[in-house]
Amino acid sequence: MPFIPHTESEIRDMLDVIGVDSIDDLFDEIPKDLRAQALSLVPEGINEMEIGRVMTERANKDGLYVNFIGGGAYEHHIPAVVWELTTRGEFYSAYTPYQAEASQGTLQLLYEFQTMMARLTGLEVSNASLYDGASALAEAVLAAVRAKKKATKVLIPSTIAPVYRQVVNTIVRNQGIELIDLSFSEVGGHTPVEIVSQQTTDDVAALVVPQPNYFGVLEDVDALTDWAHDHGLLVIGLVNPIAMALLKPPGRWGKQGADIAVGEGQPVGVPLSSGGPYFGFMCCKQKLIRQMPGRIVGRTVDTEGRPGFTLTLQAREQHIRRSKATSNICTNQGLMVTAATIYMALLGPDGLRRVALQCHANTKRLLNSLAKIEGVKKLFDRPFFHEGVLQLTQDPTAILKALEAQGIVGGIDLSRHYPQLGDSMLVCATETRTDTEINNYGIHLERIMSRRRLDPPCAQKVAGKG
Amino acid sequence: MLIFELSKPTRRNSSQSPREESKITDIPEEFLREDLASLPEVSELQVVRHYTRLSQNNFSIDTHFYPLGSCTMKYNPRACNKYAMLPEFLMRHPQSAVTTGQGFLQCLHELQEMLKDVTGMKGVSLTPLAGAQGEFAGVTMIRAYHESRDDQRRDEILVPDAAHGTNPATATMCGYKVREIPTDAEGDVDVEALRAAVGPQTAGLMLTNPSTLGIFEGHIQEIADIVHEAGGLLYYDGANLNAIVGKVKPGDMGFDVIHMNLHKTFSTPHGGGGPGAGPVGVNDRLLPFLPIPIVTEEGGEYRWLTELDLPQSIGRLSGSMGNAGVLLRAYIYARLLGKEGMNRVAEFATLNANYLMAQLRSRGLDIAYPTRRAAHEFIVTLKSLKEQTGVIAMDVAKRLLDKGYHAPTVYFPLLVPECFLIEPTETESKQELDGFTDALVEILEEAHRDPELVKSAPHTTPVTRLDEVKAARELDVAWNNE
Ligand SMILES: Cc1ncc(COP(=O)(O)O)c(C=O)c1O
Repeated sequence: MPFIPHTESEIRDMLDVIGVDSIDDLFDEIPKDLRAQALSLVPEGINEMEIGRVMTERANKDGLYVNFIGGGAYEHHIPAVVWELTTRGEFYSAYTPYQAEASQGTLQLLYEFQTMMARLTGLEVSNASLYDGASALAEAVLAAVRAKKKATKVLIPSTIAPVYRQVVNTIVRNQGIELIDLSFSEVGGHTPVEIVSQQTTDDVAALVVPQPNYFGVLEDVDALTDWAHDHGLLVIGLVNPIAMALLKPPGRWGKQGADIAVGEGQPVGVPLSSGGPYFGFMCCKQKLIRQMPGRIVGRTVDTEGRPGFTLTLQAREQHIRRSKATSNICTNQGLMVTAATIYMALLGPDGLRRVALQCHANTKRLLNSLAKIEGVKKLFDRPFFHEGVLQLTQDPTAILKALEAQGIVGGIDLSRHYPQLGDSMLVCATETRTDTEINNYGIHLERIMSRRRLDPPCAQKVAGKG
Repeated sequence: MLIFELSKPTRRNSSQSPREESKITDIPEEFLREDLASLPEVSELQVVRHYTRLSQNNFSIDTHFYPLGSCTMKYNPRACNKYAMLPEFLMRHPQSAVTTGQGFLQCLHELQEMLKDVTGMKGVSLTPLAGAQGEFAGVTMIRAYHESRDDQRRDEILVPDAAHGTNPATATMCGYKVREIPTDAEGDVDVEALRAAVGPQTAGLMLTNPSTLGIFEGHIQEIADIVHEAGGLLYYDGANLNAIVGKVKPGDMGFDVIHMNLHKTFSTPHGGGGPGAGPVGVNDRLLPFLPIPIVTEEGGEYRWLTELDLPQSIGRLSGSMGNAGVLLRAYIYARLLGKEGMNRVAEFATLNANYLMAQLRSRGLDIAYPTRRAAHEFIVTLKSLKEQTGVIAMDVAKRLLDKGYHAPTVYFPLLVPECFLIEPTETESKQELDGFTDALVEILEEAHRDPELVKSAPHTTPVTRLDEVKAARELDVAWNNE
């Protein structure tokens, strides 16, 4: 029997000890009319060799593409050590470290993770992870609203990922919190203080500041932070951990630093995997720690005075505080944090900075080379990190489709969420893209654009877009 | 020793990062970090040795019996990990077109169909990232349902007092008041109290069945009727689905919405705290509100249903589509088991629990609900031990670590004093259960003979008991090189 060790004679012995005749008797408290019909949509079991065949076949069908997509999840080189260690059974198959003495491995690792994140973001404290970047932003919004007692509104720039705005809305609207969208400069692709300062700050708890923003553009984080603090708002920085090796961390923005920093942890050691599992991180100033959701590990001593680690401040959490907890989160993304901690330890400060620099250099090369193509224009004139927006004279959906046929996933079509940017797409080249791949992208894009210019497909002629 | 204490300035792993350091000339200084982030500077070997050693300080399923009640710590088959980590799956960007992920989406679609079958629900969304997020999605759907009927008075969610903490916490996150329903002496929901509590303010009831007391709720049909007649909906916390897979379907019990913890019933790893996956299932009336995206199949092609297809959806819960890698592991597990294997899960989880309960009872331990069958878990109370020896449940839990067993869940549910919630799962052998019984009995003898030995446990773990008060009072949550 798959994964069940019992022999026939053991089963007999066990039933005798219990004092029943059959296993079925053990279900006698379930009303008869509730007993289920046999499963009909679950196929017969197969063995390991057969499932290996099924999965390999499906993986082959999906294939491998040269990836120029970012938009919140990024392809980075993950050193071999990271997942070799992360999938050790002692990490992989442990539960949440509730029994501290039997979980010092996970607990110490989490303490090291918290330290690394606090240092990267320039803030004092970090939790042990949330689900992902988008839900972490939602939790930060809730924390800010709790900290500001009566305020119920939060300012959200439209330069954060559209899906983040959707997720935050799903998670916070039940509690009557209002999100106020801030428009952006179509010249710079950023959120100028002049736009933000037109907002009333009555009843507003916080301003969200992305760095870099969804377009890859760098925001004026110092000015935005100071404006928010001058008006009594908290500042929630939304940042990329790789960028933090290069860019000024939230804790040092403006005169006082951002109050909370959150983001998607995937770039540090977690594979793209079609969307998850990733992890969200949250760091904050010490004074806000009691508003922090999720688990936190603290360093303490044992009865013999030796240092050791344990979950702490649990009175914020659902298993103690129940309906008054800071969040309902229980299971988080522990194993992903294990990978991230090992990744950051391996790369170190210099390695992480090199990754960030190479991402920037590759994206610059990509944007410059693609912008030379007829019908392609780079939008936004501000400094950027490792992404950029290109405006096309043609429908990006069709262009991206044609690139896919060449084995290239070329970017994200922005026309649905940002119609004001016309036919535009978001592209990215991390440190994993080679010069050859970047050149190839240009060659294919140029060919596709010119062919479609000379011989537009019927659909376009009808729609009058060509 | 912390990784930071191994660090020496200027040491680097040159093969792990890009070869040349490119210069930046186009980002003004005001945007840049002035210093290097103070991450550890250690060699690859130092990293490998450090984290390998740390891992050895953990108990895990792979190394120890781990009967943590409500957590379903069963074996995580290695094939699930291996085949979920094929490069094509790992390298696929979530925003790339569905045409680049038909194989992946087919797995998800088949998983979705199997989950419908197992739960008896009409629709399933795989997107919630853990049980608690599934709860959030479920209660938000209940809210959306009442709002769609312009029924705005309902502002209360009912939760049994034995419920897991995520239930009341979820209700609050969804903007509801929480009202607790007491449990009767037999461990069932107090039906009269429920009858008195429901009314036009009732949005719904959140129920775990088998309950967190490890018993199948006998009055389930009556409970469903009471809540439905009051106009409320019934939420099923599927954390204990392992006890009934293939035997009873939550849909047949009258539940309107359910979450499953795939990291429990479908054996995806707990990873030292996560990740999980908490798919939700719904009946007809909640179908339009399911969280997006949802995978669908049309003529052999797979794609995502989004807000464009499901305008009444409660929306998105994460940046992408859910914990894809966890879902793949659950899919592989389900295929390895198949329908017969799925049935056996509940059978042998229940056999193991009832056997262990019978053994412990025959060796003198007090069972909290002795007249009831164990579902896949049961509760032992050490109240009399405390009275006789001063040794409390936590002490016994710590002493179990010395004997090479992870402790059961302690002090949950809050109703039963000095309790152990014990869940052996179906993947444990009779020998393992017998060994655990002997160890526990031995500890009880120790408690009478030499209570100090037990009170000062554990003695063999990397650290002895930790000062939790100090941890909270003198907060140290990040290393400051002191
Ligand atoms: C009964 C019950 N409900 C809900 C949950 C929460 O699930 P998760 O930890 O996946 O968020 C748990 C998990 O511990 C549980 O045991």
